[in-house]
Amino acid sequence: MLGTGIIKGMAQTAKNFVGSYSDPKYLTTVEYPEQRVPTKENNRNFPFLVFDGEEAMVGLRCVACQICEKECPPQCIYIEKDKNKKPDFVGKDQFQPAVFDIDISVCMSCQICVEVCPFDAIKMDTEFELSQTNRFDGLLINKHQLAKSNDYYRGIHPTEAAEIDAARAADVKKAAAKAAAKAKAEAEKKAKAAAEAAAKTEADAADTPES
Amino acid sequence: MEALLIAIKARILELAPEFLQFPLGHLLSITPVISVFAGIFALTTWIERKGLGRIQNRLGPNRVGPVGILQPVADGLKMIFKEDVVPRSADKIVHFLAPILLVIPTMLAFSVIPYGNRLVPIDLDAGILFFFAIGGSAELIVFMAGWSSRNKYAMLGAMRAIAQMISYEVPLILSSIVVIMMAGSLSLVDIVAVQTGGFWNWHVATPWGFVGFLLFLTAALAESNRSPFDIPEAESEIIAGHMTEYSGFKYALFFLAEYLGLFAMTGLAITLFLGGFHAPFPFLNWVPAPLWFFGKFAILVALFIWIRGTLPRLRMDQLMGLAWKFMIPMSLITFAAGATWHYAGKGLLAWILCTPMLLGSYVYLGTALTKGQKVSKRVYRFAD
Amino acid sequence: MTFSFAIIAFITLIGAVGALAFRQIVHSVLCLAITFTGVAMLYLQLGAQFLGFAQFLVYIGAVTILILFAVLLTKNTGPTISGQVYSASWVSGVGVGVSVFVCLAWAILRTPQLDRLAAEETNSTVKAIGLSLMSDYVIPLEVIALLLTAAMVGAIVIAMNETSTQTTMQGANHEKGLK
Repeated sequence: MLGTGIIKGMAQTAKNFVGSYSDPKYLTTVEYPEQRVPTKENNRNFPFLVFDGEEAMVGLRCVACQICEKECPPQCIYIEKDKNKKPDFVGKDQFQPAVFDIDISVCMSCQICVEVCPFDAIKMDTEFELSQTNRFDGLLINKHQLAKSNDYYRGIHPTEAAEIDAARAADVKKAAAKAAAKAKAEAEKKAKAAAEAAAKTEADAADTPES
Repeated sequence: MEALLIAIKARILELAPEFLQFPLGHLLSITPVISVFAGIFALTTWIERKGLGRIQNRLGPNRVGPVGILQPVADGLKMIFKEDVVPRSADKIVHFLAPILLVIPTMLAFSVIPYGNRLVPIDLDAGILFFFAIGGSAELIVFMAGWSSRNKYAMLGAMRAIAQMISYEVPLILSSIVVIMMAGSLSLVDIVAVQTGGFWNWHVATPWGFVGFLLFLTAALAESNRSPFDIPEAESEIIAGHMTEYSGFKYALFFLAEYLGLFAMTGLAITLFLGGFHAPFPFLNWVPAPLWFFGKFAILVALFIWIRGTLPRLRMDQLMGLAWKFMIPMSLITFAAGATWHYAGKGLLAWILCTPMLLGSYVYLGTALTKGQKVSKRVYRFAD
Repeated sequence: MTFSFAIIAFITLIGAVGALAFRQIVHSVLCLAITFTGVAMLYLQLGAQFLGFAQFLVYIGAVTILILFAVLLTKNTGPTISGQVYSASWVSGVGVGVSVFVCLAWAILRTPQLDRLAAEETNSTVKAIGLSLMSDYVIPLEVIALLLTAAMVGAIVIAMNETSTQTTMQGANHEKGLK
C-alpha cells in the first residue's frame, strides 16, 4: 500500500540517526588528521631507495645500473653514474649514483622499477601526505630525500623486507663461502706454486752440483 | 512574554514623534520577523547538515567552531565574497531582479502568521488568501530566473519548477480550504482562535484534519522545492535548475528564499492544523505562546530534514501522478469528510462516518496510483 | 487623488506601456505582470482586500503563467522580432483607440453614480462578500463551483486513464532497451 515503503525508510534513517550517537557501527567516520586508519601492508605510493647501515650515502643499495630508469613507463627517474666505485654489501666494488631523482608528480606508482631492480635497492613507500604549495619544487625528489633505511623498510613492509633480508644474508654467506673457497684455492695454489718453486729450486740445487 | 514584547514596542513608540509612529510601529513588527527567521535559516542549514550526516552514518560539518556551529557564518562569508558571475548572454536586468524579487514574497508571507496572542504582524481579514496570493508569485520569479539565464539547464529547471508549483498549489489550497470551511474565517488569527483548549481541539485531531495535514505537508514540501520533490534543482540531472547561472550573494538569496518559503509553509501548517501557538494541554498555558509556536516549528522542520534524509527524488511523471491522481482526489474527498464531520455532530458518529470514508479512499487511490508498478530488486547487468 | 494612488497608477501605466513597447515577448509578459500587480494594489487601496488578493492570486499566479506557457509553446520566441514592430496602419489603430476611449468616457460620465458626491459606505469585508455570495449569488456560485469541480474531476479521470498506456509504453521501451 502507498506509504508503507516511506515509513520503512523513515524507520531505517531514524535508526541510523539514533545509532550514530550510541553504536560505533552506525558511525564509521574516522576524523582523518587527528585519527588515522593503520596503513595496510601491501599499500604503496611512490618509490624510495633503501640503504643499509647508518650512513645513507655509504649504504645505498643502488648501483646506478639504470634499469629502472629505462623501464619506467612515464620516465620519471633520472640517474647519473658516479665515477667512483664503492664496495657493496658482499664487498664487491659497484658503481653508485651521483644523481638519482624521481619526479613524483609524474610517477604513476606502477611499481615496475621495484620489479626490475636486481639489487632490491628501490622499494615502494607508503608516505602519502605529499601535498605541496608549489607546482615545481618539492615534487622532484633527489637521492638524499629518497634514501631511507632498511629499518624503515622493515617497518612499512615487514614480510617483504624479511624475505629480502634473508636472501641477502644468504648472499652474504655464499659470497663469504665463495671468498673463503677462493682464498683457500688461492692459498692452495700458492702453496702448490711455492711447493713447485721449492721443488724446482731443489731440483736446480740438485742439478748444480752435478754440473 | 508576549505582554513584555508588546509593552516594549509601546514604550519605544511613545518616545517617537507622532508622524513617525506609524512607520516605526510597522518597522518594529517587521524587523523581529525578518531577523528571527533569517537566524533560524542560518541555524537550520547547520542542523540540517548535521542531521543528514548522522542519517548517512557520518558526522556532518565539525570544523568551524565547536561542533561546527559557526559553519553558517563561514558559508555566509564565502557567499558574500564570492565573485558575482553573470553570463554574457543573460538578460541582465531580469537576471538581476529575480533573486531580489524572490525574497520579497517569502518575507511577506510571514506577515500574516500569528506567533502568539496579539503577536501577529498584520491581522488581515483575508490572511490565508494573502499568503497564497503572495506565494503564487514565486512561480513567475522562478521563471524569470530560469529564462533570463539563457541556459538550458536553468530553463528546464524553471519549467519543472512552474509545473510542479502549479500542480501542488491545488492540493495545498484545497487541503487548507477545508480548514477555512470548518473555522468559518479566512483570517489566520480566527483559525487559531477556533483551536483553543487542548490538542484534542486542534484540527489535526480530526479525521479530515489529519488527512488534510498530511496532504498539506506533502504539498508544502513540493511547493518549496524540497526533497523528495526537488526535481527543479535536481543536482544529478540539471545542475541546480534555475539557480545554475547564479553565484555569490544572489545564489545565497535563492537559498534563503527557498528556506524561508519552507518556514512560511511550516508556520501556516502549524496555524491551520496544529493549533498555532496554543499549548497542547490547558495546564501548560503558563508557557509563553511563542515558545509553543516555535517548538512545533522546530519539530516540523526536523521532520522535513528527516524526510530529506530518507526519500529519493521522484521522477517527473511520478511527481505529476502523485499530485493529480492521488493528492487532488484525496483533498476533494477531505472536503466531503469535513462536511460529514460538521453535520454528524463532531462526535463519535462523525468519527465512525469519516474514518472509513477517508481510509477507504486512501487505500483505493493508493492502489490505483501504484497499480502496474512492479517493485522488484534492480538487477545490474554490467556492474556486478 | 492621493499620493499613493499616483504611485500605483504610475506603476500600472508603466507596466502597460512596457507590455506594448518591448520587442522581447517575455519582457512584455513580465511588464503585464507589473500591470496586474498595480491593479491589485489599486483594489487594496480602495479597501477591497479580498478582490485585491484574488486579483493577485489569479492574475500573477495563474494568468501570467498561462501566457508564459503559451509564449514558450510558440515558435518565434527569439530575442528580436525582425522587421517593423509597429504596423504600417498605425493611424487606424490610434483611431480605434481614441474611439474606444471616447465611448468609455462618455458612458462613464453619463452614469448616475457620478452625481453622488460620496460613495456610500460599502461593507466589503471578506465576511460580507462570503455572505452575499452564499445568499444573493448562490446560484451562479454553485454553477461555477459545479463547472470547476467537473473540470477538475475530468482532468483527474483523464490522468488516471493515461496510466495503463503510459506504463505499457514504458515497458515496451524497456524491453526494447534490453534487446
